[in-house]
Amino acid sequence: MTKFTSRTGLSRRTLLKGAASTAIAAGSTTLGAPMLWAQNIKDVTIRQFGTGVSNLNDVANKVKEDLGFTLEMTALDTDSVTQRAATQPNSFDIADIEYFICKKVWAAGNMQAMDTSKIANYDKIAGTFRSGLLTPTSTIAQGTAPHTVGFTSGPNGTDFIQEESGWMTLIPTIYNADTLGIRPDLIGRPINNWSELLNPEFKGKASILDISSIGIMDMAMVVESMGEYTYPDKGNMTKEEIDLTLSIFTEAKKNGQFRAFWKSFDESVNLMASGEVVIQSMWSPAITAVKSQGVPCVYQPLEEGYRSWGGGLGISAALSGLELEAAYEYINWYLSGWVGGYLMRQGYYSAVPETSKKFMTADEWGFWYEGKAAQGDILSPTGDKLAGAGEVRDGGAFLDRMGSVVCWNSVMDENQYMVRKWNEFIAA
Amino acid sequence: MKKLLENRNVTGWLMVSPLAAVLLVFLVMPIVLIVIVSFWRATEFSIIPAFEWDNYAFLFGSPVTYTVFFNTFKYAFITWAFTLIIGFTVAYYLAFHIRSLTWQVALFLLCTIPFWTSNIIRMISWIPFLGRNGIANSTMMSWGVIDEPVEWLLFSDFAVILAFVHLYTLFMVVPIFNTMMRIDKSLIEAARDAGANGAQILWNVIIPLTKPGIMIGTIFVVTLVMGDFITVRFMSGSQSANVGRLISNDIALLQYPSASATAIVLLATVLITIGILLRFVDIRKEL
Repeated sequence: MTKFTSRTGLSRRTLLKGAASTAIAAGSTTLGAPMLWAQNIKDVTIRQFGTGVSNLNDVANKVKEDLGFTLEMTALDTDSVTQRAATQPNSFDIADIEYFICKKVWAAGNMQAMDTSKIANYDKIAGTFRSGLLTPTSTIAQGTAPHTVGFTSGPNGTDFIQEESGWMTLIPTIYNADTLGIRPDLIGRPINNWSELLNPEFKGKASILDISSIGIMDMAMVVESMGEYTYPDKGNMTKEEIDLTLSIFTEAKKNGQFRAFWKSFDESVNLMASGEVVIQSMWSPAITAVKSQGVPCVYQPLEEGYRSWGGGLGISAALSGLELEAAYEYINWYLSGWVGGYLMRQGYYSAVPETSKKFMTADEWGFWYEGKAAQGDILSPTGDKLAGAGEVRDGGAFLDRMGSVVCWNSVMDENQYMVRKWNEFIAA
Repeated sequence: MKKLLENRNVTGWLMVSPLAAVLLVFLVMPIVLIVIVSFWRATEFSIIPAFEWDNYAFLFGSPVTYTVFFNTFKYAFITWAFTLIIGFTVAYYLAFHIRSLTWQVALFLLCTIPFWTSNIIRMISWIPFLGRNGIANSTMMSWGVIDEPVEWLLFSDFAVILAFVHLYTLFMVVPIFNTMMRIDKSLIEAARDAGANGAQILWNVIIPLTKPGIMIGTIFVVTLVMGDFITVRFMSGSQSANVGRLISNDIALLQYPSASATAIVLLATVLITIGILLRFVDIRKEL
C-alpha cells in the first residue's frame, strides 16, 4: 500500500531546491522576488495524499490550469492515511486529513503550522473551525471538534491551543454532517432513530463501517438512541463505556444483525446498490454514487442528530522554500472557491462557503446550502442527475443539518484501549 | 591464493555463502526484527523501544485470540480436506486415465489457465455471483429450487472456504500429479496380476507412493490459508477473522508491536504444524 520514493544523488527535487535558493538570493538582492517565484513554480510538483472524498483528479487538473504546477494525488483509506501521516513524513508535501487524525499525528512533529496571515480568505472561514461556534448562540458538540485541534502555539508548536493563535494545524476545507443511509424502497416505512440500525427487522441487512474512530461514534449514537446508556461525553469514553458499547454491538453481530462491515467508500456503495444492505453508516458522496446508478437511497436525518467531521490541508514539516510557497499558493487557491463549489455539489460543505457560492448557480446554492426545493435538475460535478425540480436535500438547510450535530469524530484518551477492543469486535 | 581455493572447506563455504547471504538478509534479519519489535511499546503515534511482555500478555489474555486461532485452523483444515479430494481426483485422472503424454500436458496446462489472472480478481468475482440478488440465487429461484434468496452464500464461512478451495486447489494438483507421473506403471500391473482390485491398488499402491506429493501440497495449502487475510476479509464481508486479519487490523491501527507479537505466534504455530506434518512423511527421502 505504501510507495517509497527515495532517491539518491542529484534528483529533480534537490535541483529545484538549488534553483529556488538561487532565486531567493537573486530576488532579494536585485529584483522584486515574486516575479521569479512565479516563473519557477511551474516546475514544482506537490504530492498530496488523503481519503478518497476530496482527492479528485479534477482538482489536480484544475491546479495545473490555474496555478501551473503539478499536484500528485494519492487516495487511501482513513487508517492508511493516519499511518502515512504518522510514519512517513517524507512521502508527502500536503496531507488532506480529518481533524481527528490531526490529533493523532500532530504530536509526532511531522507537520508544520501554517501562518494564518498568509491565508487570504482566513476571515471568511466558517466559525466552526475558528471559535467552534456555528452561530454565536450554538453549543459545541461532543468529541474532537475541529477548533480544539485547529490551532497551535507557533511555527514549531506541537501542542493545541484553544483560541485563534495565528498558527493553524490544518487549513479547513471541508466538513459535513453524517447519518445513516437507507434504501427507502426496500424498507418501506419511515426511519427516524439511530436505534433502527440494530432493529431485528433488518437482521442480516445492516452494516457499519470498520474504521474505529468513526464507527465508535456511530455506535454511541445507536446506544443512546436505544436508551441503553447516556454518555457524559461520547467523544471521550471511559474503559467501562467502551466495553459496554462494544458488547452491545458484539451481541448484535453474533445474532447476525450485520451483513458485512465496510472500510472503503466504494464498498459501502456496492453493499447499498446491490441491496445486500438496506441500512448502514454512510458518507454523503456514497449516497450520491448509489443514486447516480438509479437506485433510490436517502441520507436519512434522525431525531438524535448528526455525527460530524471536518477535514483540512496540512503541510509536511519537511517542506521549505519554493515548495512551501507553492503549498501556500495551492491552499489559498483551494479556499478561493472553485474546489469549494465542486465539493458542495457533491453534498459536502465548504469551509469557506462565501467564496464557493460564486462557483455555483443560484439553484445549486439554494438546493445544497439553503435547503430549498430545486428549480431544475441538480447535477453532480461529473454530470449525473442527482435530483429533479421540486426535490429537497435530505435534512434540509445548512443550519438545520450542521445545527443538529451532536458529536464529532473523535480520538479519545483511551484510544489505545478502544482500538484493541474494536479489533476484538471485528474478530468476534 | 590458489592453495586456499583448493582447500575443500574454503570452497564449500564459498559455494554456500551467496544463498546464505540472501537468506540472512531477506529472511533471518526481518524475522529477528519482528521478534525485537514484538517486545516494544506503542502509543498512538510512536513506537518506543522497550522490553516488555505486554503485547504477548494481551494476546494470550484475550479470549478472541483463541477463537481466531481456532478459526484459522478450521479454515485450513476444511480447505485442506476439499483441495485434497479435488486435487487428488484431478491428478489421478490426468496421470492414469489420460494415455498420451501430449494430452496430459495439454490438460495440465488447461488447469493452470485461471491462474493467469490475479488472485484478488478471481476472488472478488464470486461476490456478484453469490450475492443476495446474484446469479446463483436468481438462477435457483427461477428453477424453483428456493423461494427466498439464500443468505449464507455470501459473507459467510461458506464463501470464505469456497474461495480458498477455488484459489488453492492447483497447489494440490501440481505436486500430486508430479509424484503420480513417476510411479512405475509395472507396479500397478504387478498388483493387478497379484489379484488386487481397483480400490486395493489405489489404497495399497498409489496412495502410499503419492504421499510425498500429498504432503507438499498440504504444506502449500496449509501455509497459504493460515497466512491469508484478504480472502477472509472480502468473502466474509469483514465479519470473520483469522490471524492474518488480526495482524492487518493491528497494522492499520498503527499497533506494530502488537502485530509483530501476533505474527511471531502465528509463525511458531505454522512451524509446529509443518513439523508435525513432516513426521508423517520424510519428504527428502521420498523425493
